[in-house]
Amino acid sequence: MTDAGRSTASGYDSDIEAAIREHHPALITYITAGDPSLADTKAYVEALDRGGADLIELGLPFSEPVAEGATIQAAINRALEAGTTPEGFFELVADLETEAPLLVMTYYNMLLQYGAEPDVRPFVERAAEAGLSGIIVPDLPAEEADPLRAACDDTGLDLVFIIAPTTEGERLDRIMSHVSGFAYVQARLGTTGARANVSGATHDSLARLSEYDVPKAVGFGVSEGDHAAEIIDAGADGVIVGSALVDIIAAHGPAGSETASRSVASSAAPGDAAAALEAKAEELKRGARRGADSITDDHDE
Amino acid sequence: MSMEREHDDESASGRTGTFGDYGGQYVPEALMPALQELEDAYERYVLENEDGFMDEFRERLRDFGGRPTPLQRADRLSERYDRDIYLKREDLLHGGAHKLNNALGQVLLAKYMGKERIIAETGAGQHGTATAMAAAHLDMPCEIYMGRTDVNRQRPNVYRMRMNGAEVNPVEAGSGTLKEAINETMRDWATTVERTHYVIGSVVGPHPFPKMVRDFQAVIGDETRTQIRETAGRLPDSVIACAGGGSNTMGTFHAFVPDDEVALYAVEAGGSSLEIDEDAGLAPNSATLSTGTDGVLHGAMTKLLQGTDGQIVESHSVSAGLDYAGVGPELSYLVETGRVVPATVDDDAALDGFHRLSRLEGIIPALESSHALGYLERAAGPAGETAGGHRPRDEGHGDLGDLVVVTVSGRGDKDLETVLEETETRDLEAAPDVEVFDG
Repeated sequence: MTDAGRSTASGYDSDIEAAIREHHPALITYITAGDPSLADTKAYVEALDRGGADLIELGLPFSEPVAEGATIQAAINRALEAGTTPEGFFELVADLETEAPLLVMTYYNMLLQYGAEPDVRPFVERAAEAGLSGIIVPDLPAEEADPLRAACDDTGLDLVFIIAPTTEGERLDRIMSHVSGFAYVQARLGTTGARANVSGATHDSLARLSEYDVPKAVGFGVSEGDHAAEIIDAGADGVIVGSALVDIIAAHGPAGSETASRSVASSAAPGDAAAALEAKAEELKRGARRGADSITDDHDE
Repeated sequence: MSMEREHDDESASGRTGTFGDYGGQYVPEALMPALQELEDAYERYVLENEDGFMDEFRERLRDFGGRPTPLQRADRLSERYDRDIYLKREDLLHGGAHKLNNALGQVLLAKYMGKERIIAETGAGQHGTATAMAAAHLDMPCEIYMGRTDVNRQRPNVYRMRMNGAEVNPVEAGSGTLKEAINETMRDWATTVERTHYVIGSVVGPHPFPKMVRDFQAVIGDETRTQIRETAGRLPDSVIACAGGGSNTMGTFHAFVPDDEVALYAVEAGGSSLEIDEDAGLAPNSATLSTGTDGVLHGAMTKLLQGTDGQIVESHSVSAGLDYAGVGPELSYLVETGRVVPATVDDDAALDGFHRLSRLEGIIPALESSHALGYLERAAGPAGETAGGHRPRDEGHGDLGDLVVVTVSGRGDKDLETVLEETETRDLEAAPDVEVFDG
């Protein structure tokens, strides 16, 4: 990825917005960097890119992930145990060549501590240099976001905000005035984690957001192609899938060059994780397209 | 309630609840409306006494809690240190620690707000038991999150919570202590926020918790200030309180902050060493104010024990109630401005303080409070007899003045097993021969 042409070639404000608009309905995937190793993450990201992910979020692990459910907490623990550091993360990002733009999802203290003094700017500059297109910070509400918004503006990075089922009125306006790239619509109250069905709150949230022009993607609990279809049918521009992919990585156990699997009795062959991720991405992307087709059908009728 | 030392600078962005650069609201978006609702309730009921909230709170603190607690002259300590030593006896509050002040205030507030369910985190179990008592007293369903390690080492408190009808949910993540319990309680709250109130146990977390908890605990210092003027005829030269998250510290200090002539000492757990082992992700201490660096944890900008990358490290103290990698943002601010002097007392000196108060005064203090007593010994004790620890920043020993107040934040019944185990392995000046306990 290059920094060039972020806003001009496509006619959109950023390559993240372009990725969603041009590949509508978009599939946005999340995995935790360093789970179980950064070398594995590279293979997994490339597999998701092949499988049809239009945007890829990479979690930079933080020791206190208060917004995460059990699945991603466990992934973050594995990544921290593997010694994942911010610098190792940025080197991985710089090394990746994907069609899908990349975002980093991490907690505010990780941004603050990257430089010598508590300040978000060194992190944001390094993120831009490594080739990231955007940042999501789940513990940073709009009220505290002025310093990060300014740093992102100066470097051309998008700053994505989460819209919760409880976000309404004045607060919704405030967030939507800060957001760029896309609005991350939290499908339900609670933490991240795969669920068996799509929440009714999703429909309400999308209705509240319909008057805003920014692309909307729905996450928290999305795990199957049918969910993707339903969410796109409800009016979202994209779906965000994390825990269902992290489950696949966890089920395949340690793999890759750094953690040789010879002593690990794992039920599935480690090398299959990448293939399984690619297949899952394809399933989700197909689901999203079904949702989009059903909207078209509705209009045709 | 005096507001002149607040430092709110609400900007166009809506940033609020700050003390200088510290404080703020760093939480998932889903919780922001709940914090605003709580802020509104705090202003109406606590600051403005709407519907007589504060009157009911004070009445219940008196009748249910047993307030006011005494300010007692400690005669033998006064003799030992050749000055007047007074003890603020929060150990005599119902439940055996200062924690009830806050728990009762918040559970009552939740009731006024129309919430239907109480959740809380607990480390040593003192806040959990106080919350369980308050919830039973006020007829509210209550669930407590407690790290697995703490559940195992604080059994009696687990039983007390269950006796009062609370559910105790062990948290298996990480080292199974307070930090993980807070994470898990925040996750519960993010899921159930519309009908649940989260009773945070200290002056930590996002605004308005640091101010609200301080205001509920400020009764400690308000009483002390009145009591010392009645008995000694003047304000003390210095006030000493232990500091973990900082609720008894802020509760004790708040009334004295404007009194520049009163020195305020916040005594932290020095543990076994003040160095951080970054590779192991471990700080063998909980000396956040003394050694921490600025960052964001559990909703607030404050001083933290963290590695250079920003990962929070595991803290340690012989006292479970001080064992936390963060500290209240207002305390960080007061230390930064020089109003509060931080000091550390290591495990040995705290245990020594425990035994000294037990033997000289007939009061078995909590291990948390024992740190404040350990500091008293180091700063004012007979020459050549001081146990380990570190000098406070920019202050020498022996400058506490002639009139000293020490807050005994809780009683030590909960700590007896730990104290016996830890005393056996050490050479402590004030300790009895613990072998007799085996017989």
